[in-house]
This record gives sequence, C-alpha cells and structure tokens, in this order.
Amino acid sequence: MLIYIGKRIVMALMVSVVVSFISFMILNLSGDPAIALAGADASPEEIQVIRVQYGLDRPVIVQYIEWIGRALQGNLGVSPYFNMPVKDLIGARIGVTLILGTCAFAFAILLAIPLGVVAAIRPNTWIDRTALTISVFGQALPNFFFGLLMIIFFGVILQWLPISGDDTWKHFIMPAVALGYYASPSLMRLTRTGMLEVLGSDYIRTARAKGLKTFSILFKHALRNAIIPVVSLGFVQFGYMLGGAFIIEYVFAINGIGFLAVQSIQRADLPVVQVIVLLLSVIYVSMTLVADIINAFLDPRIRAN
Amino acid sequence: MMETAGPFKNITFPTPKQIVYRKAKRHKGFLIGGTILLFIIFMAISAPILAPHDPYEQNLDTRLIVPVWHAEGTWNHILGTDNLGRDYLSRLMYGARISLLIGVAAMLISGVIGTILGVSAGYFGGRVDMIVSAIISIRLALPIMLVALAVVALVGGSLMIVVLVLGLMIWNRFALVMRASTQQLRSMDYVNAAKTSGCSTLRIILTEVMPNILNNLIVVATLEITRAILIEASLSFLGMGVQPPLPSWGLMVNEAKGFMLFSPWMIMIPGTAIFALVISINLLGDGVRDITAPEGR
Repeated sequence: MLIYIGKRIVMALMVSVVVSFISFMILNLSGDPAIALAGADASPEEIQVIRVQYGLDRPVIVQYIEWIGRALQGNLGVSPYFNMPVKDLIGARIGVTLILGTCAFAFAILLAIPLGVVAAIRPNTWIDRTALTISVFGQALPNFFFGLLMIIFFGVILQWLPISGDDTWKHFIMPAVALGYYASPSLMRLTRTGMLEVLGSDYIRTARAKGLKTFSILFKHALRNAIIPVVSLGFVQFGYMLGGAFIIEYVFAINGIGFLAVQSIQRADLPVVQVIVLLLSVIYVSMTLVADIINAFLDPRIRAN
Repeated sequence: MMETAGPFKNITFPTPKQIVYRKAKRHKGFLIGGTILLFIIFMAISAPILAPHDPYEQNLDTRLIVPVWHAEGTWNHILGTDNLGRDYLSRLMYGARISLLIGVAAMLISGVIGTILGVSAGYFGGRVDMIVSAIISIRLALPIMLVALAVVALVGGSLMIVVLVLGLMIWNRFALVMRASTQQLRSMDYVNAAKTSGCSTLRIILTEVMPNILNNLIVVATLEITRAILIEASLSFLGMGVQPPLPSWGLMVNEAKGFMLFSPWMIMIPGTAIFALVISINLLGDGVRDITAPEGR
C-alpha cells in the first residue's frame, strides 16, 4: 500500500515538473514577453533594451530553470501590468475560484448521483430517459451560453438573482449551476453503469434472498461499491472543472484566478498567465493523486496489489 | 440475403449490412441527429446560393431589426439584423461553415496524432506503452482550454491558428481509446497468424488491427469534432478565437452580449445553433456506436 502511494506521488511530481516545463515553453514561444513589457508602440531598440534588462535574451531553457527555481522558493515573479507580486494577485483571488469550484462540484454531485442511481434502479423507464436527456443536453450546451441563458431568464426577466460579481452567496448560484452541469453527465453515466453492474451481481441477489430491506440493499450494499469509480472520477472532474472555470468567471464577472487569467492574456501579462497555468496543472495532478489513493483505500483489490 | 442448405432451406438470414440498416432505421437518436446534421451541412454548403444577404454587408439604417416572429419583424430579415445591420440568417448560415470546418479539420489532425500514439502503445506495449501513457497524463494535466486560449491570443487568432492549436492539443481521447482497443486485439489469433506468416508490423497494423478498431475510431472522431466546435465557440466567445468580421457562432454570441438586456434573441439564435450542431453530432456518434455494436451488447 505504502509502496503504491509512494510510486503515485513520485509519478505526480514528475508529471508536474514536465508540465511546468512544457507550459513555460508553449507560452514563451507563442508570445514575446518583451513586446508586452515595452508596450505596443515601442521601437525595436527599446524592446531590445527591455529584453536584456529582464534577461529575456537568454535561452528559454535557462529562463525556465531560473523561473522554476524561484517558484519553488515561493517567489512567483512580478506582474509587469500591475507592478505587483504575482503571488499577491493570485492569493487575493484563489479563494473565490475555490468557492465557485466547490459549489459547482456540489451541484454536479447532487444532480448526477441521485439521477444515476434512480436511472439504474428503473432502467428504460421515463426516469432513465430523463436522466439520459439531461446528460445529453449537458454535453452539448456550451457553458457560456447556458450561463447567459440563466442571466437572461433569472437575472433580467425574473430578477431573482444578481447577474455579476461575487459579493454574496446568491452571486454563486448561477455560475455554480452553469459550471457544475457541464461536469455532471460523465458522473451520472458512471453512477448508472456502476449501479446496474452491482445490482446484477450475486451478493445483491443474496441480500435480497435474505430478505433485507430494499433501502438497505441499495444504499449499504450496492451504492457503496458502485460509488468507488465515481469518487475517483469526481476528484479528476474537480481538477478539470477548475481548469475550465475561467469562461464562467468571465461570463459572471467573478474575480477569481480564471478571470484574472483571461484578462492577463488580453494584456499579454505572461508572468501571471504562467503561474495560473502551473497552479491549475498542479491542482489537477494532486486531484488525480488523491483519486488514486482514495481508490486504493476503498477497493481492497487495488490495496492488495 | 444468404441462403442456407438443409432442412432450413427456405429461411433466409439477414446479412450484417441489413442488420445495421434495420437497426439504424429504428434508432431514434441516430435519425434525429442525422437529420439535424444534414440540415446544417446543407445550410453551410448552399449558403452562397440560399443566404438572403451578404453576411458582411453593414447597413446602419437596418440596425437591430427583430426576427420575423416578433410583431415588428420583417420577412426581408427573417432572423433580424445585428448591431451593424448585418443580416443574422446569412451570418448564421456562413457561420455553420466555420464551425464544421474547424471541427472536422481539428479532428483530423488530432485523430492522426492520437491514433498513432494510441495504436503504437497498445500494439507494442512495454516501454512504448509506458512512454505514451506518460505523454497522455502530461497532456491531461495541462489546463488545455486556458493554454489554447493563451496560444491563440498571443499568436493571433485566425482560422488556421485555431485549427492547428486545437488539433495539436486535443488528441488525448483518441490516444486513450485507440490504446485500449488495440490492446484487446494484440493477442488475437489472426494477428498472431499474420505475424507468423511474416507480415511487416506496419502491414499488420494497417490490415489486421485498424479495420477492427474502425468503429471505435469513428465514435471518438464524432465526439472530438464536437469538442473542437465547443472550444472554438468558447475561444471566439471570449473574443480571442476567430476574429471579426467572420461570422463564427461563438463570436456572434460575444458581439450580442452587449445587447443582452433588450435583444436577448441575438444571443439565443447563435447559441442555439451551436447547441443543435453539437447535439446532432453527439446523437449520431452514439447511434453509430449502438448500431455497429455486435448483437446482444
């Protein structure tokens, strides 16, 4: 067990390092940070001066090693646009993104698991078909469009909910629904298939034959086993969701790191973008790591290997 | 129809093709998805003939005309006009070309990359599999939407750039599915037979492995077309994908955002178009999967 976890941690660290390198290269090769620093109407000479001043004339590899070295010591660099440490900019906004992510995730789970379970108990009925329709819609509806639809309906026509900002809990309802809905289809399908498989197994038949109550069979015996892959997919989805949250943050003007990333891309403020991409990757990798470890704890078959 | 000998001489069994055809005729999702998609493709192809107006022509006298189902609507502009007086229906029809083009082109690029990676990992196993798996987990760890947005924005948005970025970045599902499907086939008798009869590896992969994973490949391909379409729409919606004046549906939603309060239909029309296109392709893909699955699964 410990060896398994140890191996996973080493893998996760390796993936994080490679990802940090690749994203640094991609972003540095796509845009010239010196032009952004010098401003749009700087002459080539001025840009060259800036390039030398900030050390941007050296090979990208050298810059990467320096950047990652400083980052590991807690120095995430300075945003030329704000003239502030990137760490402070992100520190002030990450909380909002995590709240949004958590609410969205809670919504996704609350939608997906009950529907998945009910669909599996009554396969090929109208409930099952409704669940399927909800998941098919969720996969096809662009989340920015869903967000705008909710703004038009609940914000403008009914005026029930505020349409932008992040001041009160009410501000998080529509964004969380828009973001969470997108993550729910895969969770729902996995719950349904898992439940169907477990409900057809021998030990459920035994439990039924023993005369156990349906409720106890469904929740104590079936769901506990069917939920294992859903839990691990859930963590992965959470990491993935944070990576895609920027569109929802943009639609609802929520001051999280995603919105900051979009604005920083528009301003060509590369140091900020670099750190946010790195942060989101590390969160995703940690989430998959947690998923693997939980999986190992919950499933004795993995534990034994 | 195949004839059988013996006492059951008069019974004819349907050929595999007939079974597929029969299943397709009964599959609702496949039929609905196929119909919507054919309609959208028809619109896209015949846009130069059928579009009532030039999608780029601005006319400040005819700004913000409402669609025909409103009281003040006019049949001259069935879906109304945007804030620059451009005919919305014509823009929508030309926009279908952009979505379809980006979806298919990005899928082809990512399909080639993903299939090569996945098939070699599944076929060779061992160290090749380890390396490919590592590449896939690294790719998955990148917040791909954000990276795509950054690259397209920094390099400069154009149709070509969007297609290239999406194609080069979003091949993970191809790789995963092709790897799994090839693994299942690797130890099949007919693959071993081909090996013993001295076929080259490339030939085994092309003539023994590929035909048998083609169904899965088609299903993934449809899913990947819609993913590319959705990401393009998102990037364009953020104003950093396809650039104006091209009538990308995502960009149309972006341009309509400022008129959300008084002209919500400006968002609804292109938004619904994206939704309809994506759902039709998804239904078609699910249908292909169900129809081509062997009996009883």
